[in-house]
Amino acid sequence: MMAGRIKPITIAAIVFFLVSAVAPLFVASWATLFALILAKGIVVLGIVLLLQAGQVSFGHAMFFATGAYAAAFWGKFIGGGDILLFLVLGGVSSTMFGLIVGLFVVRYREIFFGMLNLAFSMVLWSLLEKMFHYTNGADGIRVARPGLLGLSFTPEAFQYVILYVSLAIAVIAFYAVQRYLDSPLGHMLRAMKSNETRLEYLGMSARRVLLIGYVISALLGGIGGTLVAIIQQIATPEFGFWTKSGEFVFIAILGGGAHAFGAFAGAAMFECVRFYAAAHLADSWQLILGVVLIVIILYAPNGLIGLRQRYGQARQGGH
Amino acid sequence: MNSTLAILAVLDGISYAALVFLVSVGLSLIFGVLRVVNVAHGSLYAFGAYLAATFSLAIAPISPWLTYPALLAASIVIGVVCGGFIERFLLRPLYGRDDVLQLLITFAAFMIMDNLQRLIWGVQPIFAAEPLKLLPNISVFGVNYTSYQVLLLPGVALATLFGLRYFLRKTLAGAVILAVTEDREASTAIGIDAQRVYFLTFVIGASFAALGGALASPTTSLVPGMGADMIVLSFAVAATAGLGQIEGTALTALMIGLTRAFVIYLQPEFEVLVPYLLMVLVLLVRPFGLFGAVQVRKI
Repeated sequence: MMAGRIKPITIAAIVFFLVSAVAPLFVASWATLFALILAKGIVVLGIVLLLQAGQVSFGHAMFFATGAYAAAFWGKFIGGGDILLFLVLGGVSSTMFGLIVGLFVVRYREIFFGMLNLAFSMVLWSLLEKMFHYTNGADGIRVARPGLLGLSFTPEAFQYVILYVSLAIAVIAFYAVQRYLDSPLGHMLRAMKSNETRLEYLGMSARRVLLIGYVISALLGGIGGTLVAIIQQIATPEFGFWTKSGEFVFIAILGGGAHAFGAFAGAAMFECVRFYAAAHLADSWQLILGVVLIVIILYAPNGLIGLRQRYGQARQGGH
Repeated sequence: MNSTLAILAVLDGISYAALVFLVSVGLSLIFGVLRVVNVAHGSLYAFGAYLAATFSLAIAPISPWLTYPALLAASIVIGVVCGGFIERFLLRPLYGRDDVLQLLITFAAFMIMDNLQRLIWGVQPIFAAEPLKLLPNISVFGVNYTSYQVLLLPGVALATLFGLRYFLRKTLAGAVILAVTEDREASTAIGIDAQRVYFLTFVIGASFAALGGALASPTTSLVPGMGADMIVLSFAVAATAGLGQIEGTALTALMIGLTRAFVIYLQPEFEVLVPYLLMVLVLLVRPFGLFGAVQVRKI
C-alpha cells in the first residue's frame, strides 16, 4: 500500500520544491508569494501531523504568533538580528510554549482538544492585544529586515534570501515529518486515530505519543510564524486570532491530511487563490476561498492529494 | 469601587449576559442535537444585527414602535433563510462523515458570510438605537439605566430559558428532539424523521443567534468583525457550561457577564481575557464543562 502510493507524491513534492526554487527567478513577484507558501506550508505540516492522530487544533495560530513575536521582540528591545537567530528564538520559544500547553491539552480528545487549544490561543491573542506597552496592541510590531550570517541585503536581494531560507527549512521539515510518520512513533500517532485503547493495551502511553506530536507541531508553527513575520516585516495579534487557526486547518484539509505534501499543496492553492483573487476582486477573496472550501469538502473530502487516490484505489471501509 | 459603580457593573453584566445567553444557547442546542460546532454561528449573530438595523431604520419613520416587530422579523428571516440553507445544503451531505469536515464547512460558511456582510453593509459602523430610546430610563438604587437593557433583554433571555425548558420537557416535539439526541438510530426505527429534526433544530438555534444580534443592535454600533468575536465568546460560554446544557449556559453566561462587567470597571484592558481565562480554568478541571455529564470512555 505504502510503496505504490507515496512514490508519485514524493515526485510531486520534489517537482513542487524545484518549481518554487526556479520559478521566482523569472517572475520577481513570485519570490514573496512562494516564500509565503513555503512558510505557511511548514505551519500546516504541524496541523497535518496532528490530523494523523485524528485531532484538530483550533488554536494552533498561538504557536505561529509565538514565533512571529519572538523575532519582533528581539528587534524591538535588542535591535538588529539575523534570520538564523530569529528562527532559533522562534523555534525554542514555540517549542517551550507547546510543551507547557501540550501537557494540559493532550488529556483531551476531539472537540475538547480543539476547544481547549482555542481557549489558550484566545488568551494569548488578548494578551498581545492588550499589553500595549510591550506589543503596540493591534498595530503590531514592525520586524526590521534581518541579515543572514552577518551579511545584509537590499530589499530586492532579500526576497530571494528569505525564499531560499524558507525553501531549505521546508524541505528539511517535509523530509523529517515524513520520516517521523514512518517511524514507530509516527505509527503510534496514527494508531490513536483508529483505536487509542488498543495502543494502550500494547503498553504505550497515548498521552506521551500525542505530546511528542504536539510539541513537534508547535515547533513547526513557531518556525513558520517566524518566517512569515520576516517576510511580511510585521507581527500583529491577528497572527494568533482564531480565524488564523481556522485558516491553517482549512489549508490542511484543502491539501489533504493524509500525506505531508498535502500541507504544501494546500498552502500553494490557498495563497494562489488569495493572491489572484485579492488582485482582481479586492473585496471578495474570502468569499471565493469559502466557496472553494465548500466544493472541496463536498466533492473531494480527502483534499487535493486525495483526488489522485480516488482513482487509484477503492476507499477502505469506514474512515 | 463605590456602590454606584458596583450597581452599574451588575446591570451591565446582566444585560450583556442576556445577549450572550441567547447566542450560546443556540450554539449549545445545535451541538446537543446535531453534534456539530457551528462556526458560522457568530455570522448569524452579525447578520441578525445588521438586518435588524436595516429593518428598523427603514420602518422607524412610519412608526418607531414598529421597530420591535422588525427586530423579531429580522431574526426569524436570518434563522430560516441562512440557518436553513446551511443545514440543508452544507451539513446534510456530511452527516456520518468525519467531524472535522462538518466543523470546516461551517468555517467556510463563516468566511463567506463575513465577506458578504462587508459587501452588503460596508465597513462603516451602523447605528440604529431607535428601540433603545423608546423605552424610558428607570432608576435602580439611584442609578439610571435604560429599561431596554435591564428589563427587556433579561426578560427575553428568561422567557427563552423557560420556553426552551418547557418545549423540550413537556411537548411532543421536544420529546422527539430529545429522542433523536439520545439515539438517532432507535428514534428513526420508531418512525421519527431525524432529518427534519436536525433541520428544525438548526433553524431554531440559528434564530436564537440572530435574535441575540437583533436585540444587541440598538445597544451598540455594528462593525465588521463582531461576528468573529461573538463566535468564540459563545463557544467559551457553551463549553464552560458543558455542551448541550441549557440551564448551565444561562448560569455561565451570567457568571461571565458579571465578571466581565466588573473587570471593565476595575481593569478595562483585561476585558477580553475574562471569558477565555474562565474557559481554560474550567475545562482544565472539568473537561466536560461545569454542568456537563462525565462521558464514559468508549473502547
